[in-house]
Amino acid sequence: MPDLAIDVRALTKSYGDVHAVKGIDLQVDAGEVFSLLGPNGAGKTTTVEILEGHRKRTGGEVSVLGHDPGKGDRSLKARIGIVLQETGVERFLTVAEVIDRFRGYYPNPRPLDEIIEVVGLQEKRDARVRKLSGGQQRRLDVAIGLAGDPELLFLDEPTTGFDPSARRNAWEMIRNLKQLGKTVFLTTHYMDEAQNLADRVAIIVGGRIVAQGPPGSLVGPDAAKTAIRFRLPQGSPTLPGAAASAAAITGEQVLIHTADPVTLLHAITGWALDNEVALGELSVNQPSLEEVYLELTRPKEEADP
Amino acid sequence: MRSLLMAFREFRYENKAFWRNPAAAFFTFVFPLMFLVIFNGLFEETQFFVPAIGAFAVITACFTNVAMGVTISRDQGILKRVRGTPLPPVAYLVGRVLHAVFVALILITIVTLAGALFYNVDPPSNPGRFLATLAAGAAAFCALGLAFTALIPNEEAAPAVVNAAVLPLAFVSDIFIPSDHAPEWMQTIADVFPIKHFAQAMLASFDPTFRAWSPNDLLVLGVWGIAGLVLGIRFFSWEPRH
Repeated sequence: MPDLAIDVRALTKSYGDVHAVKGIDLQVDAGEVFSLLGPNGAGKTTTVEILEGHRKRTGGEVSVLGHDPGKGDRSLKARIGIVLQETGVERFLTVAEVIDRFRGYYPNPRPLDEIIEVVGLQEKRDARVRKLSGGQQRRLDVAIGLAGDPELLFLDEPTTGFDPSARRNAWEMIRNLKQLGKTVFLTTHYMDEAQNLADRVAIIVGGRIVAQGPPGSLVGPDAAKTAIRFRLPQGSPTLPGAAASAAAITGEQVLIHTADPVTLLHAITGWALDNEVALGELSVNQPSLEEVYLELTRPKEEADP
Repeated sequence: MRSLLMAFREFRYENKAFWRNPAAAFFTFVFPLMFLVIFNGLFEETQFFVPAIGAFAVITACFTNVAMGVTISRDQGILKRVRGTPLPPVAYLVGRVLHAVFVALILITIVTLAGALFYNVDPPSNPGRFLATLAAGAAAFCALGLAFTALIPNEEAAPAVVNAAVLPLAFVSDIFIPSDHAPEWMQTIADVFPIKHFAQAMLASFDPTFRAWSPNDLLVLGVWGIAGLVLGIRFFSWEPRH
């Protein structure tokens, strides 16, 4: 599999008795935008930092562009770009100076003006870093990550704290990176971000991957099914067989998850016409990634075995 | 060779940023010169105060400035970011040390010239000893400054912790006051640490009749410098501490 940018097998990481990562498998294809989603404390940052070479793993196999990141090879560092969550920059240098300083660390840097253009900081080129807004500093972070023209870019929560228009700009920028043929490993806790940008998503909860796949078809047992909702007045006749067996009824609210919405809706609406029942607030929804995510990350009533 | 070129490149960026930062430039650069003017204005013993403040300036540039500056960079995540690039870590640190030594050299030059022009203090009578003292002191205090970052819990604490280490020792170590009349126990404490040996070597290189030249002073500086290097390599952290 030469086209695998990242290959992780049975990765574990423990801090004393605390098992932060409990055996995860991840494969990221070259050229795709891959998103790792999870709540805080799920093992997201630990996993990324192991891939970046910032932390040592406890067990398992990790390959990043064919290298073991735990060895700290400089030849690997020359081919990846890392955009961490909270990293400062020398505040008294200008945008161009900072990017140029980092370009000098790499054997084949990307041209300065191209980098500035990709992140849209043309107008701030000669501004000191301390004069930049939060969103502009985040774009500078990405610019630094691009300095060495990396094949693989790690982006850790790139749009946290952005206003909506800044986020849209950042998304445009990440799409540009994909156009350039980069592999992007994106961690985020914004569902819409993953849904909009990622080719594939993995959801990590409690140190384990609980779901993995393209955002449109993330398969969980119920999560991928269509949800049919309506209000059924008290004293209505019983629902037809197929609907009754799948329905979850709370008071007047009816919720049915189904893999075959056309047949079931036909049955329900036919039954409603025959019996003159008004199906109040009838709605049919495809599950959003957010629902999948909330379902999967909902705290379980019992602790993990 | 390539690492050395990279270190020089880092030095140039550090230098550029330093002079644009009014707070850093003031505390590291203007502060020692202020002491030079105040002490030599207040007291007649310019033969003491010119070399002593010269030594203080080197300690400020190399130890205080490096310990505080590198701690701040560490806690802001600058070190971690650099660590994720192919730049050899040693090139980055050498760049910062080169900058500290550069500032120290400018300061000691100003102090020496001011001594000759305004305070009637001749330049070092023995330039060889002066340069040897300067080299040993700058190296030792830079190494100790890097090692000392391991003892600083976070960037907010940096000025307090660094000054708590330097200022009390400076008062008993021939920096702000001649130590001749200090009680014996204070002198004994000062003898253990590097500041007094550096000050005395500096005083002796200006005028050996004022303080006797003793190669032991440089030896003690060397031992402290090596200790700083060893402890620094062992305990230095590139990760922010929160």
